[in-house]
Amino acid sequence: MKILRDLFKDYRFGISFIILIILLIFACLSFFSPYDPTFWGDVPRDLKPSMTYLLGTNSKGQDIFWQATFAVRNSLIIALIASSVSRVIAVLVGMVAGYKGGLTGRILMFVSDVFLVIPLFLVIVMLAMLVRDKMTLVTLALLLAVFGWAWDARIIRSQILSLREREFTQTAVLSGTGTVPLVLKEYMPFTTPLVFSTLINNMSWVIGLEITLAFLGLVNMEIPTLGTMLQWAISYQAVLLGYWWWILTPIILSILLFVALYWLSVSISEYLDPRTRIQRVGA
Amino acid sequence: MQALLEVNHLTKTFTLGNIISRVRITAVDNISFHIKPAEIFALAGESGCGKSTTARIILGFEEPTSGEIIHKGKRDEKQRNEKVWFTQGIQAIFQDPFGTFNPLRIVDRYFFETVQQYKLAETKEDAVKLIDRKLQAVGLSYAELAGRYPSEFSGGQLQRISIARALLTDPILMIADEPVSMVDASLRMSIVNLFKKLKEDLGVSVLYITHDLATAYYVSDRIAIMFRGNIVEEGPVEQVLIHPKHPYTKLLRESIPEVDPNMRWRETVNLSDTEQEEYLRKGCKFAGRCPLVMDICKDVVPEDIYIEDVLVKCHLYPEDSQDAS
Amino acid sequence: MTNPILRTEQLKAFYVLDIHGEQKVVKAVNQVDLEIQENEVYGIAGESGCGKTTLLKALYGAIEPPLRLIGGKVFYFVDGLGLDVSSLGIEEKRKLRWEYVSYVPQGAMSVFNPVIRIKETFWDFINSHGGGKTRDESFEIARGQLHELGLPVEILDAYPHQLSGGMRQRVTIALAALLKPRIIICDEPTTALDVVVQRGVVQMLKDVQAKLQNSIILVTHDMGVQANVADRIAIMYAGKIVEEASAETIFGSPFHPYTQYLINSLPKFGDKSTRESAPGNPPSLSDLPPGCPFHVRCPYVLEICKEQMPATSKLEVNHKVACWLVEERQDASSS
Repeated sequence: MKILRDLFKDYRFGISFIILIILLIFACLSFFSPYDPTFWGDVPRDLKPSMTYLLGTNSKGQDIFWQATFAVRNSLIIALIASSVSRVIAVLVGMVAGYKGGLTGRILMFVSDVFLVIPLFLVIVMLAMLVRDKMTLVTLALLLAVFGWAWDARIIRSQILSLREREFTQTAVLSGTGTVPLVLKEYMPFTTPLVFSTLINNMSWVIGLEITLAFLGLVNMEIPTLGTMLQWAISYQAVLLGYWWWILTPIILSILLFVALYWLSVSISEYLDPRTRIQRVGA
Repeated sequence: MQALLEVNHLTKTFTLGNIISRVRITAVDNISFHIKPAEIFALAGESGCGKSTTARIILGFEEPTSGEIIHKGKRDEKQRNEKVWFTQGIQAIFQDPFGTFNPLRIVDRYFFETVQQYKLAETKEDAVKLIDRKLQAVGLSYAELAGRYPSEFSGGQLQRISIARALLTDPILMIADEPVSMVDASLRMSIVNLFKKLKEDLGVSVLYITHDLATAYYVSDRIAIMFRGNIVEEGPVEQVLIHPKHPYTKLLRESIPEVDPNMRWRETVNLSDTEQEEYLRKGCKFAGRCPLVMDICKDVVPEDIYIEDVLVKCHLYPEDSQDAS
Repeated sequence: MTNPILRTEQLKAFYVLDIHGEQKVVKAVNQVDLEIQENEVYGIAGESGCGKTTLLKALYGAIEPPLRLIGGKVFYFVDGLGLDVSSLGIEEKRKLRWEYVSYVPQGAMSVFNPVIRIKETFWDFINSHGGGKTRDESFEIARGQLHELGLPVEILDAYPHQLSGGMRQRVTIALAALLKPRIIICDEPTTALDVVVQRGVVQMLKDVQAKLQNSIILVTHDMGVQANVADRIAIMYAGKIVEEASAETIFGSPFHPYTQYLINSLPKFGDKSTRESAPGNPPSLSDLPPGCPFHVRCPYVLEICKEQMPATSKLEVNHKVACWLVEERQDASSS
């Protein structure tokens, strides 16, 4: 497709795309894992990386390579669910608040401000402590989604507010377009780059938050994620004992993921920016 | 003959400023006029005199503070979304041709949407034929339009496309808000001639809002001159522009640059420093700049006075001529 | 008679754009020769997209990528010496700006910083051109400038948004004339203004020119304004100057078919007869037709027009035209 070709001309997109594909393949390998990730003692402990155990083994007796595949998969799942749900909320709230304005808009913005202002971290910690035992991937994702939409809702709303004043809105009204089709057809092309780039940023934020929560032991520690891997490694003193393969694996994977997501977000949003798009359109 | 559109005692006030200092500006001050079928009515005046606000109120994009708009004898009672009956008969064209269409959408989408919403054609082929017909009327064709974005056209072309879209519903009144001010002077004629053609061939009336009196003279039948929210003079265009009565009309008329280096302006002109102060004046709003100002002008708002076919709002003219109010 | 203050020779300035790997060359200024005299108002007229603004940028020395100087030269005549602008260093150019040549861009009203008062902007300009003046001295200079040009001095204490559009435009011109430059370049100073305000702005330009006895280059597509203020006019089309003559000649006896269209398409009062614009549209500067760029719309087109660019010939003293019809007519009258 022409779009992909254009995007690949940006080296940042190219590299990040490749990294993500590799990580996705890596994550899919988890379906072929010979070991159940929650079992301990499947393999000999604390072995360095070798041909049999590509990334070595940890103190719980698990193969780090296969653990990592699950970790990447689960972290990505959490990130995708959380950011998608929060995008949907942000777009709905932002568009309604922006186009309707008036009292509805003010109420919605008040609600979003509340979510912005409450000390996010403390609330998440409290809620996480309450539901810890029943915490699954999905509940964790939804919890993080609830706190991720407020900022972007406001950005989307201000964009809609300015688009509403543009003359083509009047043209659309004079063409008989109803409110909902108008917002979708006229404004979405402007809002999409915003949604896209905030989606990817949100994913980074969610992964970071998950790692932090895991670090504090507030999630289900049996489910392997990037955060839990890191937490186990630290609580088993992997650094002091010199088990570098155990601690470096989640760290390097996380860094790759963050950099890839960041570059992806920047290159896509530059590509989709209406100002450069208008230059390209019809050229 | 029943008027096509009647504007009665329309007023719109805006409140500017913040909690500490508020200013109430009467952008449209108790104006009344009517438009007949198959006529081009010009609403002329400086930038910021309230003409565009009037257009927006007529189209329903703003709510008036008081007054009413009567279209085809029916009072305008519509909610924001159910405008179909209104916009079927009245369509509009705007000042900025590049702002009229969403730069990220293909232009013909607006045409197809209009056809769909107003149920103007049954099949896609019929729709294309209808769109092509309307485009031919403005000197373009569907083949030139299909699949293109607004940035691929020039300003003049876009204005014509905008007119074609407005013609889809066979309106009887077209509201043109400064349609040629952003188009090059040399290309204005092609668009203005289109309005003439619409009136003569299709019997469409046009409310032509402009500050360019030269094109207003060329194309309109009647004209109303607005100054800071008031209509100060109104009547047949030959009368108003060739024999202006109100001092402001005279000023406007003289300030139009003649396209002849031998006829340059001789006298100097006074400009207002800020627009706001003129809006807030008691009495006649033009009193600050009027070369023929009298004491009464500063305190008392002039009445609307009819002299033959022309309406004037000025203390210069004796009240024993037929009084309009 | 010839006291040039600015001259260009075969000036070529193109925009070279690279949009995602595709290169596009916009030939905005395509071999322009002109010479501006001291103490005159030189108008440049033409439709949008004919290259006028780019020409001004080149004259002002503000050529930055994606605009590139492909060929030709621009000379400033400072104290009788011709300086090649492209050979000047950044510091020299900066010194010339505002003191020798100043520029009033399109939409000039946004020249003012919206969050500071007008007098602060004046202080900013005065300060950056040396002289070591204190703030109070600068305010005095500003007041003097406004007073001399007939503007109320109270506006110095106002914020830009409090002034009307016309007033802002006039203050911008006052600012441009502050350091008494030898050339003032104005890009569409009256577009978007209504007739009365336009008249006031034009009045002011004439005042400034009369007081400073300098040269003003005025770019606008509005022939009415040109008629009222220009001494000589150049008509620009698709990056080239197609005709140049005194204002009386351009309006009284235009030669080039495009100029004729420009003049005849303007409405005149008292005349309701039908007037026509030039048919068709101006060509895209990145996709010019071969030969003369106007041949596609020209009612007198000849075969040679489609193949070769006409050279600029002198019709009379002070009347230059770039059109094959000149030779045609000469051949016809001599045979």
